[in-house]
Amino acid sequence: MVHRIDPDNNRFKEIVRGKIKQNLKKYISQGELLGKQGDNIVSIPLPQIELPRFRYGQQQAGGVGQGDGEEGSPISAEPGEGGQGAGDQPGEHFLEVEVTLEELAAILGEELELPRIEPRGERTIDSFTDRYTGIHRAGPESLRHFKRTFKEALKRQIMAGLYNPENPVVVPIHDDRRYRSWRLKAVPESSAVILYMMDVSGSMGNEQKEIVRIESFWIDTWLKAQYRQIETRYIIHDAAAKEVDQHTFFHVRESGGTRISSAYQLCREIIEKDYDLDQWNVYPLHFSDGDNWGGEDTALCMKLLKDFLIPASNVFCYGQVKSAYGSGQFIKDLTEAFPDNETLLLSEINNRDEIYRSIKTFLGKGK
Amino acid sequence: MSQTLTPELAEMATEVCGYAKDFGLDFFDVSFELLDYDQLNMVAAYGGFPTRYPHWKFGMQFEELQKTYAYGLSKIYELVINNDPCYAYLMKCNNHVDQKLVMAHVFGHSDFFKCNYWFSKTNRKMMDEIANHGVRIRRYIERYGQQKVEEFLDCCLSLDNLIDYHSPFIARRRAQSEEEKEGELDSANPTRLRAKSYMEAFINPPSYLDVERRRIQEKLDTMEKFPDEPQKDILLFLMENASLERWQRDILSIIREEAYYFAPQGMTKIMNEGWACYWHSKIMTEKACSASEIVDYADHHSSTVAMQAGSLNPYKLGLELFRDIDDRWNKGKFGSDWDECSDAAAKYSWDRKLGLGREKIFEVRKIHNDVTFIEEFLTPKFVEKQQLFTYAYNKQTQEYVIDSRDFQSVKDKLLFSLANFGQPYIYVEDGNFKNRSELYLTHRYDGTPLRMDHARDCLENLYKLWQRPVHLETVVEKRKKVMTYAGAKHEEKIIK
Repeated sequence: MVHRIDPDNNRFKEIVRGKIKQNLKKYISQGELLGKQGDNIVSIPLPQIELPRFRYGQQQAGGVGQGDGEEGSPISAEPGEGGQGAGDQPGEHFLEVEVTLEELAAILGEELELPRIEPRGERTIDSFTDRYTGIHRAGPESLRHFKRTFKEALKRQIMAGLYNPENPVVVPIHDDRRYRSWRLKAVPESSAVILYMMDVSGSMGNEQKEIVRIESFWIDTWLKAQYRQIETRYIIHDAAAKEVDQHTFFHVRESGGTRISSAYQLCREIIEKDYDLDQWNVYPLHFSDGDNWGGEDTALCMKLLKDFLIPASNVFCYGQVKSAYGSGQFIKDLTEAFPDNETLLLSEINNRDEIYRSIKTFLGKGK
Repeated sequence: MSQTLTPELAEMATEVCGYAKDFGLDFFDVSFELLDYDQLNMVAAYGGFPTRYPHWKFGMQFEELQKTYAYGLSKIYELVINNDPCYAYLMKCNNHVDQKLVMAHVFGHSDFFKCNYWFSKTNRKMMDEIANHGVRIRRYIERYGQQKVEEFLDCCLSLDNLIDYHSPFIARRRAQSEEEKEGELDSANPTRLRAKSYMEAFINPPSYLDVERRRIQEKLDTMEKFPDEPQKDILLFLMENASLERWQRDILSIIREEAYYFAPQGMTKIMNEGWACYWHSKIMTEKACSASEIVDYADHHSSTVAMQAGSLNPYKLGLELFRDIDDRWNKGKFGSDWDECSDAAAKYSWDRKLGLGREKIFEVRKIHNDVTFIEEFLTPKFVEKQQLFTYAYNKQTQEYVIDSRDFQSVKDKLLFSLANFGQPYIYVEDGNFKNRSELYLTHRYDGTPLRMDHARDCLENLYKLWQRPVHLETVVEKRKKVMTYAGAKHEEKIIK
């Protein structure tokens, strides 16, 4: 049905996509809807355009809340804009409902217009399932197709002149029987491994880790929706690399120097040891602030990438998170060493608003 | 498209209406309509008025509502419009208990619209008026093109909070008409006598024009600054004094009128929702709910008034305050006897059996708005019982933390966030600044600085309307500053 609001809605979408009214571009914010996944709050991108207004700088403003807690303890939910009561929306009720992980993945895919991933050809294991596609004259009684059977019987009776419309009794005989038949169909089943690598040297602060956390959550969610079987491995590195569990990965804080090659070397060892490249789709993701110890180590990184990691991976993603201390050099080195490489995907993430764009860079190729 | 109630629901509405009347509610007739979710979302996106003027911001709101509904995050149960008759849109797919509750809620709102003083000067035929606005703006779009009109709308909408919220019920001055503007002086074009071109030099000799020009300029120079008093209704000031084309002035007046229409709803959000919740719970629990419905009712009601961790729910606050007032006036917990009593035990079991609660809450809903409501009826006991606190931003940890549970600071913060909608106070100081018809605004600084990037962009929008340099006096980092925009770049100057 065509709604009166459709033109307004389309116009809004066109503005967001940057097709018209470039002057509003700076007011577009990547707003988000908050959904719940178990105990975690997760977000669904929802772009908004906020026209400029005379208003208070909100961060200092604060406000009034309700609930438990000592003075000085943080409040869990980020408060909304204070006093946004300007009553455009009289008397609404809102109700919160939970979202499943699958739904979230679907939402993400839809919002970012992500293509479905096509697993690399030879890395699929075929399993077989039955599909009922045809009709046979013989078969087990449990698969008898009643409608077809009666149709055949009706045809036969009409041809034989036995059918009386006044008394429409149709009795199938043995020859009329029809059965569903099946065919074996090969279903490609593919598995994937995600290898997260993160620089935990002193220069990566809480904000940087938070960005990595949010981004990994979404990449995880999306890949899980694409592959039946998925494994996740976590590597942290400063001057040396080690494999850790998920919790440690996101919470550890190390200090000291950075040797990225150590992580790449460990990554290579893990892949060679545990994952047969003919059967696994490999997704290494590396997050760092772009600071590496020296040109020598960077050269080693490039060699590891060229000789093994890039050929072995579906895509190799490098996300560079902006930090106050990092020089941001590494991404430049990568661009220089591998110009126009389809498999090596690079993305600079300067703040939280850019996470969605970065996810799109990593997953938008459909590989 | 929409449909009126099914016979079953109509019967239910009559029943609930009866209960509401028995309780003494005094409301506009309510015209219920059933909508399915995307229709309801559309109407909600248009602020309740399906015939509103076209603008992308409604499309944006629609998108948000559609998404939150489609992804199961939230849904709108009902929408009530301040109009006579009052329009209420119900969601078609709601179950019967929800519909009953929502109807009771709607009668509460309708009573509030009709009886609250702050609504008394709103247009009660707004349904027609808004449709009228829509027609006018559509006509301008046809004539001047969507791009041009939309840009102007964006500009006006970014300034639509520059009205005088606290006097919306004062009958407002009409804008100056076109004819009154005729007699204005213009030094560039002094009045000439009519002449054929070859006679021009004789009939309007250049020397005379020079003299005339000087005379007008002198007169302009001695003109005093206007307005006489700083004016808060900046939109009105712009309508009267900015050199706008007729269609632009009309659009500005539409935006201003709608802003004033919606203002009381923002100013009484806590009271309005509290009042409606008070009555739906009263009607449902005492009259309308059958035994089989009570669990569904309780489920819905509790989710409506639920506290989100750390944030304030106006439904809850309003409801609890009305209940508190009801209780205090029933038991006589007010006046000098109560205030002067220092015996905690006596206060605890205080009950003068006055039974004035009902009367009092009706009086409160008649004369108060959120600011006066909180000012008058928020008590230390209430703050403690409802676990209210103030929060502030902690720069070190980069998060919001609980700041204080002290009564006075909670009250101050709450009032601050409600006064002027929690928006900065900005006045027109002078429309002829430096005697060069530049616009000078002042921000009445109350300890919270403006958001600077937005303020700059707003100045640009003001410049588009005023077409002469605009200035804004404000305080940044404890120093007085004047921000100026003169069409090319922004300047800031510290002043004494």
